[in-house]
Amino acid sequence: MAEQELDRLDVVAQLLKDRGDSLVVTGLGSSTYDVSAQGDNHRNFYLWGAMGGAAAIGLGLALAQPDTPVIVITGDGEMLMGTGSMATIAKQAPGNLKVIVLDNGHYGETGMQEAHTNSVTDLTTMAKGAGIEQSSTIVDQAGVDRLVDSIKRLENAPTFAVIKVSAKSYLRADTVAKTIKDGAYNRARVRVALGVGIE
Amino acid sequence: MTADWPSQIFEKFKEQNVRQVSYVPDAGHTKLINAIIADPDIHAVSLTSEEEGIALATGAWLGGDKSVLLMQSSGVGNCVNMLSLIKSCKIPFLTLVTMRGEWGEFNPWQVPMGSTTQASFEMMGVHVMRIDQPEDVQDVLAAAMRMVFEGGTPVAVLLSQRLIGAKVFEGAK
Ligand SMILES: Cc1ncc(C[n+]2csc(CCOP(=O)(O)OP(=O)(O)O)c2C)c(N)n1
Repeated sequence: MAEQELDRLDVVAQLLKDRGDSLVVTGLGSSTYDVSAQGDNHRNFYLWGAMGGAAAIGLGLALAQPDTPVIVITGDGEMLMGTGSMATIAKQAPGNLKVIVLDNGHYGETGMQEAHTNSVTDLTTMAKGAGIEQSSTIVDQAGVDRLVDSIKRLENAPTFAVIKVSAKSYLRADTVAKTIKDGAYNRARVRVALGVGIE
Repeated sequence: MTADWPSQIFEKFKEQNVRQVSYVPDAGHTKLINAIIADPDIHAVSLTSEEEGIALATGAWLGGDKSVLLMQSSGVGNCVNMLSLIKSCKIPFLTLVTMRGEWGEFNPWQVPMGSTTQASFEMMGVHVMRIDQPEDVQDVLAAAMRMVFEGGTPVAVLLSQRLIGAKVFEGAK
């Protein structure tokens, strides 16, 4: 165990501080709020539903934009619903795709019920088993530092990282209120930012 | 008719510059899937479950790629909640669905989903078109692609079990 538990909001701030032109897809739940709390960005795609779909959206985006880092930031519950996509990602293996799971061991969004990851389930082992070789669990600041260093790097294969964070939640009404919920507007905005047309 | 219908579908994909094609295999799609795998300009994305294909199509469109999802009718039920993405984000979504459970089906387990395939799409706001005759493939596909990629209307094209026929379908379980 880490000496001091990592704080999700602080971790996300570090991950996105020097994001450059990276594209960011957020899984519904706390991940959407934590990314939004860092300030809005035209290259963010916020999910408010489609549970289990964040990593696969990241895959489609990474294949379409191979020269741009695509960072998926999602929760352990959201990832558990889409574990099959680990195998799909491993097979395509885009080196610009980074799937990062903020693992608080709980379903935070729905009232902090315990998730499988809190006791028996290891998402990193599952990702490795699916064929994503660069899969690791991060439990301390040194691990976060290493991930920050590599997050924008275009590599030969995708990265999967589980960051163990405390079960502290930052769900705040003002963040919820200001985060884009209009999916059609959000997708048009990303497309304009990428210069691929509005439609 | 110059080519068989799977080849005609593949030609339409090329004409429209489709860049990502995802699939959970079905015997009826075999020839088309093989053509896609052989094409260096198309990402052939093998899925573990059909709903991943909905999410993939969303990401592809965000990044500027046209995509198509291929599946069997039994996979449509797996997609229902994920189709929220298509509706909420207005994604130009095209799926080609080979039908089971409707025409001389030997496997009764295919019937519950086969008989509710069209209704499942329609309740999630996906327009449904159907092909029963090989000579209609080119026209229907052209119409569907215009609706999807020019008009932004999500479309599912159902390839009937009668169309797929004994030839392609032979030996499929
Ligand atoms: C298909 C589906 N099932 C259930 C829900 C309800 N739900 C919303 S968020 C969530 C949990 C998310 O958990 P996690 O990804 O761990 O997020 P966090 O703890 O970071 O908030 C659930 C179960 C849903 N939105 N969609």
